[in-house]
Amino acid sequence: MNAIEFVQKAQNAEISVVEHTHKILEEIKKKNPAYNHFNLIAEDFAIKQAEELEKQIRQNPEKAKSLKLLGLPVSVKDCICVKGIESRSGSKILSGYKPVFDATVVAKAKEQGAIILGKTSQDEFGFGSFGTNTGIDFKKPKNPHDVSRACGGSSAGAGGFTALTEFSHIALGESTGGSIACPASFCGVVGLTPTYGRVSRYGLIDYANSLDKIGTIAKSTKEAALLLQIISGNDEKDATSLKNPAENYIENLSSPLKGMKIAVIREFFGKGIDSGASKACWSALKAAEKTLGVKYEEVSLPLNAKYAIPAYYLIAMAEASTNLAKYCGMRYGMEEELKGNFDEYFTSVRSKFFGEEAKRRIILGTFTRMAGFRDAYYLRAMKLRTLLIEEYAKLFKKFDLIVHPTMPVVAPKFDDIEKLTPLENYMMDICTMPANLAGLPHASIPVGKSRNMPVGLMLTASHLQEARLIRAANAIEGACG
Amino acid sequence: MPKPKIDAKLLESVARNSRISLTEGESRKFLKEMQEILDAFSKIDEVNVEKTRPSFQPVELKNVMRDDAAKKCLTQEEALSNTKHREKGYFRGPRVV
Repeated sequence: MNAIEFVQKAQNAEISVVEHTHKILEEIKKKNPAYNHFNLIAEDFAIKQAEELEKQIRQNPEKAKSLKLLGLPVSVKDCICVKGIESRSGSKILSGYKPVFDATVVAKAKEQGAIILGKTSQDEFGFGSFGTNTGIDFKKPKNPHDVSRACGGSSAGAGGFTALTEFSHIALGESTGGSIACPASFCGVVGLTPTYGRVSRYGLIDYANSLDKIGTIAKSTKEAALLLQIISGNDEKDATSLKNPAENYIENLSSPLKGMKIAVIREFFGKGIDSGASKACWSALKAAEKTLGVKYEEVSLPLNAKYAIPAYYLIAMAEASTNLAKYCGMRYGMEEELKGNFDEYFTSVRSKFFGEEAKRRIILGTFTRMAGFRDAYYLRAMKLRTLLIEEYAKLFKKFDLIVHPTMPVVAPKFDDIEKLTPLENYMMDICTMPANLAGLPHASIPVGKSRNMPVGLMLTASHLQEARLIRAANAIEGACG
Repeated sequence: MPKPKIDAKLLESVARNSRISLTEGESRKFLKEMQEILDAFSKIDEVNVEKTRPSFQPVELKNVMRDDAAKKCLTQEEALSNTKHREKGYFRGPRVV
């Protein structure tokens, strides 16, 4: 049963919310030791929520009927704060940290009757493309289609569990450079990333402030849109939250796409892209042309294809290095006995509890912000970002949507990932990075298989065109099915 | 602008600024990787951005202010609830010198 049907049944009291919560928790407890999709299973917390909801359903059925996520289990990426639940962003340095407030997205989901299941696994602070850069003592999440392969990062547990579960569920994920689209693609589910600023970042343990976006992952576009609708909108607690109201993503979901103009990005179908993935994406486009009446044209996105990765990483690492400065063994997270002066103490805590990739990015980011280098790296990357956004804007004057494979490969094996250098790792983000750097809304939908593993098609729309994006993703998903 | 060569001394100074102490093994590894990564990223020099304004955010944001009014904030107890280093309602930290 999908999440939409589930909520309807819960609203009509045809399903026991408590019973369903117990069932999904049992599934997680049984399967998590083999898959590691959860860093924390909030069993008592979830059951308590379910019991309270059921009480509310009995006492005030009319009010309960109006809740748009009534009784629906929602998993939360570890970097998103849940009040009273340990939230570590996949890092040992945040061990023991229990936020005293909910992230706005969590508060909004709870208000609509969602049941928070726990915290899903991720690369430490989001620093990875495969979900394998987990923090010290964290286990690596495994792909439900083949446990010798990665889920994709950084919202790895969110993607993996969405594919794995037999029950109704939607995941809250987060993307800085492709961390929703990538695991959605590798695990064969749908990931929706909104325009930068469309969804409040309040309560998100930040990676890079000018890039971070909270979004959703579900088995279908409709389900992912259901939760995205709830969490979208202005929030005065986040100064970068956009003022204008969110569109209704569900209302016109089934409007025909006929005549929609789609740009197919040449650079992301050629050299370096898995041929099976390219083939699956082309089949989806041909099916969309035939059954939905969309028109497509092959075009080029040369600046983005060449420069989005270096510009992104220079910006992201610089921002990450300042964000992570606050973790120093004071106020929250890992602490030690207060020995030595502040310099010695902070250095000791940070050196012990940050993982390798976190250290690498902090050091690179600090370097690119140092006096004498800032203009050459950080500022230049920020200027280049303007040109990359303009290149997209030119395409959106002529086209409604841009498409290409989400990832250049299918989910890789853990053994193969280990052989990659950090730079080779970064290059894997070639297809997802440009839209993320430009803050554009995008979706990854499953369109077939290559090497027996799922392939995702990435659709990108212009800023704040989520409704159009979701309508197209839903229709193309249907045309492929 | 010419880009620097990353040597052990520069890496040590950046690590110190970052409040991270690297082991010998980490230093050796990072030294090689950093040079490789920064060389690859220097590709951005190929694009002329002389007359381009930077995009510090991907979408345009004007000054965002809220009303200058007192609002509910964390209580002292909440703010201190995640640390064992506290005393008389304050955070305790390491000595300054």
